[in-house]
Amino acid sequence: MQTSIPNPNEPSTPAEAMSRRAWRPRLSARFETRFSPYAFVAPFFLLFFAFGLFPLVYTAWVSLHSVTLQNTEDMTWVGLDNYSRLLHDPLFWNALGNTFTIGVLSTVPQLLMALGLAHVLNYRLRGRTFFRVAMLMPYATSLAAATIVFAELYGRDYGLINWGLGIFGVHHISWETGNWTSQIAISTIVTWRWTGYNALIYLAAMQAVPEDLYEAAAIDGASRWQQFLKVTIPSLRPTILFTVVVSTIGATQLFGEPLLFGGVSGHRGGSDHQYQTLGVLLYDQGWFNFQLGRAAATAWTMFLIIVVAVAVNAFLAARGWNWWHPRERRAARA
Amino acid sequence: MIGFPHRTARARQGSRSIREGGPISYAILILVTIISLLPLYWTVIAASRTNAEITRTPPPLTPGGNLIPNIRQAASQVDMVKALVNSVIVSGSIALGTVLFCTLAGFAFAKLKFRGSTVLLIIVLATMMVPSQLGIIPLFMLIAKLHWVNHLQAVILPTLVSAFGVFLMRQYLSQALPDELIDAAVVDGASTFRIFRSIVIPIARPAMAVLGMLTFLMAWNDFFWPIIALTSQNPTVQVALNSLGNGYVHDQSVIMAGTLIGTIPVLIVFALLGKQIVGGIMRGAVKG
Repeated sequence: MQTSIPNPNEPSTPAEAMSRRAWRPRLSARFETRFSPYAFVAPFFLLFFAFGLFPLVYTAWVSLHSVTLQNTEDMTWVGLDNYSRLLHDPLFWNALGNTFTIGVLSTVPQLLMALGLAHVLNYRLRGRTFFRVAMLMPYATSLAAATIVFAELYGRDYGLINWGLGIFGVHHISWETGNWTSQIAISTIVTWRWTGYNALIYLAAMQAVPEDLYEAAAIDGASRWQQFLKVTIPSLRPTILFTVVVSTIGATQLFGEPLLFGGVSGHRGGSDHQYQTLGVLLYDQGWFNFQLGRAAATAWTMFLIIVVAVAVNAFLAARGWNWWHPRERRAARA
Repeated sequence: MIGFPHRTARARQGSRSIREGGPISYAILILVTIISLLPLYWTVIAASRTNAEITRTPPPLTPGGNLIPNIRQAASQVDMVKALVNSVIVSGSIALGTVLFCTLAGFAFAKLKFRGSTVLLIIVLATMMVPSQLGIIPLFMLIAKLHWVNHLQAVILPTLVSAFGVFLMRQYLSQALPDELIDAAVVDGASTFRIFRSIVIPIARPAMAVLGMLTFLMAWNDFFWPIIALTSQNPTVQVALNSLGNGYVHDQSVIMAGTLIGTIPVLIVFALLGKQIVGGIMRGAVKG
């Protein structure tokens, strides 16, 4: 951060000395320079403290109380009861498992495909703007619209996907009721919406890779695939870490897709809770069972899970990195 | 390489192959484009046909002529007109407010020196990583206390906070705004607010436009908080879609017609401004 506004109390140039306002009261000028920055950041921080930070911290306080949706002002202290109840609730462990499997099923293929797609987009292409905009259309489609459409596409009797599979002799799959099938279906919605977006982020990072690196690799006889592995991927390291972290946070909070995919039984995550995620569980506790205190305990637990998941992922990414580039590791040790 | 005497020729060839996309590249891109657009195309087909037509085997592959009746029926189930108007109001206010507040704060962080600026900037960066969804319970209690439930300000005010926006504007302004310009204005006796109005805003305009478009899109598509803060009596498009998709409407073609109306406006805007939005996302990515 640089500062550039000099102190107006010290006329340093003739122009300033001659300027119309050079003689204005020193005190008010000083006051202005000193305090106006706070006025500039104030609107953001006021809103942020009221609607961002306060709710997050207050969630911890609410989670120690029994509060109902009908009467939010009546809070009864219950200590850690909400947490012990949550940890003894099979639905919580079910939701945790579902969040994990759907998270892996959606994030891993999504980021890998985005990486490959970005590589292809990085070539000199005709109509590249068209391709980029087209693959960003899913991102522009709302979660609700996308999920409703996919729920129809995955319909058991008249869904387009079962019709397509039927051509290859696959018998009608009941996507919504199955354990794995429902989770796969939900993961494809997430993947459909976010692959293009992540591909653009990778593409931006790829375009920053100096051309000489590729030329040097080509001179050494590296094939395109080798160039991708040995030049592109290492250069993208910070970006890949960034997308892994952001996707982890998104996957832990997954809510709208399972909720809408299930229709009437969406808030339970299917009739058998087969795709109830932590986000859906929180919503079910708070807005269908009217227990805001318990929902707050779930929210705070989710927050801790996110912190742990991000740490683990960052660690794994770093480890995977060393495995990928043993030479760097050796150099680091030496 | 063995048996390859002309290394330079090989190298030139290699570097060209890096740049040009081959037939496989086009095949992959066309496939991805089809996958990206197919669900949207199916929405158009299903919304413009009768329920009997879309449940036929094989399904129809072209749009039909039943769009208007389907839309009418969807509008009788949920108030789509009100939802569209509300969504325009909500997303528009959020976009305008976010752009203004983030430009103010971004300018201060980029060019002004003040005590505590580093700490405040770290707070901004940290909140980019904190999931805001987790605060919805106290947020709901707050708006219940203010009697804002089912009022649009309940959705607008909490969404005005965009740490990403502050960061984006700060990055843009610290590069695009020359210090000499500000110095000259100070010499002329301009106040900081005058500088902001006459110098910062004109220079920040491209970044403001990108931030505005992205914020509008995100606000339009926001789901979790609106379905909690609003009801189907006063819905945004997503809240209306939630009631449509809740399973109480059984006619597929009607659901799809509602989905189409709620999605088409933003997709048209997106198709027109797509190039700028793509550029904005990519620029944000490099600097982020």
